[in-house]
Amino acid sequence: MTPASPIRSVTELTVGSVVAEASFSLTRDSLVRYAGASGDFNPIHYRDDVAQSVGLPGVLAHGMLTMGLAVQPVVDWAGDPARVVDYQVRFTRPVFVDAADGATVSVVAKVGALDLEAGIARIDLTVMFNGATVLGKAQARVNLA
Amino acid sequence: MSVNPELQGRVFPPVAPYLVGREKVREFSRAVFATNPINHDPEAARAAGHNDVVAPPTFAVVVQEATLAQLLAEPGAGIDFTRVVHGDQRFSYSRPIVAGDVLTATLAVTSIKTLGGHAMVTAESTIVDAAGAHVVTAISTLVVRGDE
Repeated sequence: MTPASPIRSVTELTVGSVVAEASFSLTRDSLVRYAGASGDFNPIHYRDDVAQSVGLPGVLAHGMLTMGLAVQPVVDWAGDPARVVDYQVRFTRPVFVDAADGATVSVVAKVGALDLEAGIARIDLTVMFNGATVLGKAQARVNLA
Repeated sequence: MSVNPELQGRVFPPVAPYLVGREKVREFSRAVFATNPINHDPEAARAAGHNDVVAPPTFAVVVQEATLAQLLAEPGAGIDFTRVVHGDQRFSYSRPIVAGDVLTATLAVTSIKTLGGHAMVTAESTIVDAAGAHVVTAISTLVVRGDE
């Protein structure tokens, strides 16, 4: 993970530059942990038989888990979770989590736009699993003022 | 059964207040791989100017959940839970959620669109603190698959 560096102002940032990168190893345990923490007990996130009954190859990660972890490199870069003032994603592809091998989700965070007046940087996230993006229009607005 | 278009513009009654617990924030933080000390350590949070540990940006979904349950349980809504896929999610904060907050969420259905047999329902949950001040708005677009 990229070490957090003190960010003084948006004026030091350049659109297109990478501010953070990370990868996350998910296992079935991660999904059970997220189910308990979030209260989302949809069985497609922990039972292969239920996932297969609705036409999926197997258990998939909660979209909200992928969304939740994908912003963490941005939080660490910004230095404080409170600096993330707006965060949105579109769920475009599922992350299947194999019972034995798990799944690896990678995140690259780049500067997408800068609002110099408000001191806000829009950080765009590229979130990949198995060679394809799983989130679309994943954008976090970070208040650096 | 299809989604009732008359739901658009509907505002539901506020759900019961949610008390944000410090251990719940820590538990949720661990679950989303949030390792920042401000998520876990009250002293680190206070040093950064917060009253207590700060919840990760997606924690508002825990508070929002009761409002979405209201929508799915609405008898006249025509939303079949087994056909619902989460399409989009957004959180827009006025201030961060911190442990000790008492939050109240109110759901409004802001848009219903049909697209090729599917319905896209946009549900906006406005979350305020004990003083009634805005904390965060959580917006979900749910895709309800049509009959095959």
